[in-house]
Amino acid sequence: MSDPNADQSFEAGLSGSATDVAQFEEKKGPIERFQHLLHVAPWMIPLIVLVASVIIFGIALGSKFFAPFTLTLILQQVAIVGVVGAAQSLVILTAGIDLSVGAIMVLSSVVMGQFTFRYGIPAPISILCGFGVGALCGFISGFLVARVKLPPFIVTLGMWQIILASNFLYSANETIRSQDIEANAPLLQFFGNSIRIPLPGGTAVLTYGVIVMVLLVIVLNYVLTSTAWGRHLYAVGDDPDAAELSGVKVKKMLISVYVLSGLICALAGWVLIGRIGSVSPTSGQFANIESITAVVIGGISLFGGRGSIMGMLFGALIVGVFSLGLRMVGTDPQWTYLLIGVLIIAAVAVDQWIRKVST
Amino acid sequence: MTVRTSLLGTALAAATLSMGALPALADGHSTAACLITKTDTNPFFVKMKEGATAKAGELGITLKSYAGKVDGDHESQVAAIETCIADGAKGILLTASDTKAIVPAVEQAREAGILVIALDTPLEPIDSADATFATDNFKAGELIGAWAAAKLGDEAANAKIGMLDLAVSQPSVGVLRDQGFLQGFGIDLGDPNKWGDETDDRIVGNDVTAGNEEGGRKAMENLLAIDPFINVVYTINEPAAAGAYEALKAVGRESDVLIVSVDGGCPGVANVKDGVIGATSQQYPLLMASLGIEAIAAWAADGTKPAPTPGLDFFDTGVNLVTDQAVDGVESIDVAEGMDRCWG
Repeated sequence: MSDPNADQSFEAGLSGSATDVAQFEEKKGPIERFQHLLHVAPWMIPLIVLVASVIIFGIALGSKFFAPFTLTLILQQVAIVGVVGAAQSLVILTAGIDLSVGAIMVLSSVVMGQFTFRYGIPAPISILCGFGVGALCGFISGFLVARVKLPPFIVTLGMWQIILASNFLYSANETIRSQDIEANAPLLQFFGNSIRIPLPGGTAVLTYGVIVMVLLVIVLNYVLTSTAWGRHLYAVGDDPDAAELSGVKVKKMLISVYVLSGLICALAGWVLIGRIGSVSPTSGQFANIESITAVVIGGISLFGGRGSIMGMLFGALIVGVFSLGLRMVGTDPQWTYLLIGVLIIAAVAVDQWIRKVST
Repeated sequence: MTVRTSLLGTALAAATLSMGALPALADGHSTAACLITKTDTNPFFVKMKEGATAKAGELGITLKSYAGKVDGDHESQVAAIETCIADGAKGILLTASDTKAIVPAVEQAREAGILVIALDTPLEPIDSADATFATDNFKAGELIGAWAAAKLGDEAANAKIGMLDLAVSQPSVGVLRDQGFLQGFGIDLGDPNKWGDETDDRIVGNDVTAGNEEGGRKAMENLLAIDPFINVVYTINEPAAAGAYEALKAVGRESDVLIVSVDGGCPGVANVKDGVIGATSQQYPLLMASLGIEAIAAWAADGTKPAPTPGLDFFDTGVNLVTDQAVDGVESIDVAEGMDRCWG
């Protein structure tokens, strides 16, 4: 064989030119780097906003705001939204939305209370029944979304009304008084118990409700990031068809998410009894909107498949810090709503911007 | 034959109704009345409906009830008034969610010859309705204010007062109770048509509760964050008071704070008995509703309109202070009597 290049002297012109394989040009300025960071860790922004708002209110209000009492009070005030927000996060990560979370919470708490007081069932069994009702509500929504293929917005809009109406019909809007619960079924108020830690500058009060919220978020964060079920949940939310082709049982997955969400809402119902002492069917009217607010400000994408449940917790805390901080500054409460509105829109705008990034 | 004509009549009436014609044709045998409440979930309105239904049954009046979905649901109430006009009702009993915005709809009803009676919540202006049957909410507030001041004695001069109000939109019922309380306590009012403009140092702050336990607890916590030494708490109603009590209990202050409230619901009176609430002003929704139905019956019979209580621009259905710790100079009934007359 002769040299194959013998007659190809025209290629001599190539010598000295680039020999690398074709590739995309990487231009990573600081902004792109930040965008990439947010894509990988979407909970960063809410954390930054949270820390910044605590510092700003701390400077404005001084030791009154930075007191252990005040800071732990914020935790107490967001405990319900935090637990319900965990349920909401799971559903939104599947690219769904659950408008019925607050209604499930209230109905579960009413069942726990009424079963104990109307029928004389021992409190632990009534509480289990409350969880059963929560799971059932979630199952119905999940079935309608996964099997009947109805849009989650419509399904849970309907379920919201149905569950709320059932709640009022069943309870006749009767409140069970805190004093009666304390005397006869203190287990219902379990999450109202608290650990008091004396610190310089005041006492930190951690109710069991706050502790269970933090534990729940930590456990769910582990489940979502480190178990097959959790990764499948993200896959379903990102692209259900691709997930199905990869062997994920999408329908079963969706139903399990809604059932788990219902169970968490029932837990929220139990925490609610601890917080307000009594069983009141009129509570939690805005828990659905508040939980969606926490989720969105927490950087979880409404398009599904991206976001961290830690972000939701930070989102809920941001709302809590703003609400209490602005009250202590003495502004009209409407300013709180206005600011939260700005935060929601800003959070979704950031989400859209992150979506443009290449991984 | 008779059956056929009445059937035909009904069909005709239905047809004219659907075309939006005046409903006088549809008026057959019995007088029809409407009850429109803010919600059908609050025990206060449940009791009101009970009173109206019982009285309507007694007088042979057909009663239809409507309600908003939540407190503040104005649209549903307008739709309900329109339905009642189309339905040919003789009278409407209304507890308005939005006391100003409802007025045009009420005028429309009155032009159609319907007697409109505002129950519990006066419209703005009050004469937009033919009559108002209500609790004197200012007096209800005054009673608990005077009681709290007398209970504290000389310490009233150093009181630290937390005001747990209803809503930032300042509906009239909330303003009247709040301002009544302050006047009764001996605090100078700013503009008596709004709360929150007083300059007295004894007031730590105002916060809103939406009139439920959850809101009551949160509002109390917020005020405690401003000043942990609050020792008198005014609450818009008893569920808010129960929530406030939980917040005080959480910081171990439940026994040294005086909570006063307004309503007189059964759980609220039970809370007075247990010492959660010091005193509450009891109102009588059942009476408002049954008087309202009687007024509609009279209007349908001979066109007479109910007259207001002398000296007031509405008919006062009465209010009593319920407490087991009576003080000199403030008339009150004891818990046992309050229990007998409580609602919800």
